[in-house]
Amino acid sequence: MSLDRREAVRRLLADRGNMLVVSGLGSPTYDVAAAGDDDRNFYLWGAMGSAAPIGLGLAIAQPERRVLVITGDGELLMGLGGLASIAAQRPTNLVIVVLDNERYGETGMQKSHTAHGTDLAAVAQGCGFSRAATVHDESELDRTIRDIRAGEGPMLVAIKVTAGEAGRVLPSRDGVEIKNRFRRAIGV
Amino acid sequence: MDSPPTVDWRREIHPILRAANVRQVAYVPDAGHIRLIEACHADPSMRAIVLTNEAEGMGVLAGAWLGGQKGVMLMQSSGVGNCINALSLMQICRFPFLALVTMRGEWGEFNGWQVPMGQNTEAALKGAGVIVQRCDHPEDVAPTIDAALALAFDSEVAVAVLLSQRLIGRKKF
Ligand SMILES: Cc1ncc(C[n+]2csc(CCOP(=O)(O)OP(=O)(O)O)c2C)c(N)n1
Ligand SMILES: [Mg+2]
Repeated sequence: MSLDRREAVRRLLADRGNMLVVSGLGSPTYDVAAAGDDDRNFYLWGAMGSAAPIGLGLAIAQPERRVLVITGDGELLMGLGGLASIAAQRPTNLVIVVLDNERYGETGMQKSHTAHGTDLAAVAQGCGFSRAATVHDESELDRTIRDIRAGEGPMLVAIKVTAGEAGRVLPSRDGVEIKNRFRRAIGV
Repeated sequence: MDSPPTVDWRREIHPILRAANVRQVAYVPDAGHIRLIEACHADPSMRAIVLTNEAEGMGVLAGAWLGGQKGVMLMQSSGVGNCINALSLMQICRFPFLALVTMRGEWGEFNGWQVPMGQNTEAALKGAGVIVQRCDHPEDVAPTIDAALALAFDSEVAVAVLLSQRLIGRKKF
């Protein structure tokens, strides 16, 4: 069982309140852009493995806001040690959502480690996250979404999504502009 | 001639970071940074963040800046090799960035395994778009770090200050 990634991200970001979003390179960046461009989105187009650590620095700097990292299984796997660094800091406002298609989608759908049995929620749990879960279907997403918005972090939710191209929705690639508009939007 | 031994550069760094309102200090431990790491952990105005790999530091400090805080990175020269692709984030988005790098593999080094990275630290940083400054004498440390903080955060560029192995002293085995 698996979910449609675009629909899942659209639901996560509907009524997002003051949530800050960091998206991992490739498809997760397109999914977040497809849900509606927002100045409080920081889109990655590279620096593979950096999405979760960016979430950590941001969550520490902005403890009153929810920080949501939306990334891919491949992107997270490249910086897996970052989960241990996050757990060590216990940022209660940080949530990592992995859109887990068990593939390196952007580069031709090669199987990733999650297709070979790596359980990202178990890894997060083992690192010491407050909460970690895997979501396989709509009803599990329904039950998890409130936690994602308001539950105590650090939290990792792996959403199993269908391995298929969703079409590219391209946000700005101008890193300076994305950075500056984000800072302006939150008043820093 | 070596500089007068009166300057205890190891104790001078933390107050300079504090005065510059540095709030996040990301590090992978190095013996040359022992005092500074302890001082940052003991300072309630700072968050000292231990990393599993130096590459995480670029992400953490980019996130800090997005959220309105200044951060610095502490590491040894061998860690620079772990950072190269992640440094593209600092360059392409022009995130202010300051790394304090303790040098190995360059002055009386006992462990040859430190030499390949130590001899290439400066070139690797420059190749990744980082401005490199160097401290060889105790009295250089405070003014160099003070100026590097201004360069990084006022001009919004990436800067590394190399604390030379001659300054730190040979590691005794
Ligand atoms: C350091 C580095 N290695 C490899 C790549 C090539 N690359 C770009 S996206 C990607 C796969 C991303 O997979 P995932 O995060 O699971 O996203 P998906 O498209 O599957 O949703 C890879 C390997 C890269 N950009 N950077
Ligand atoms: Mg994937």
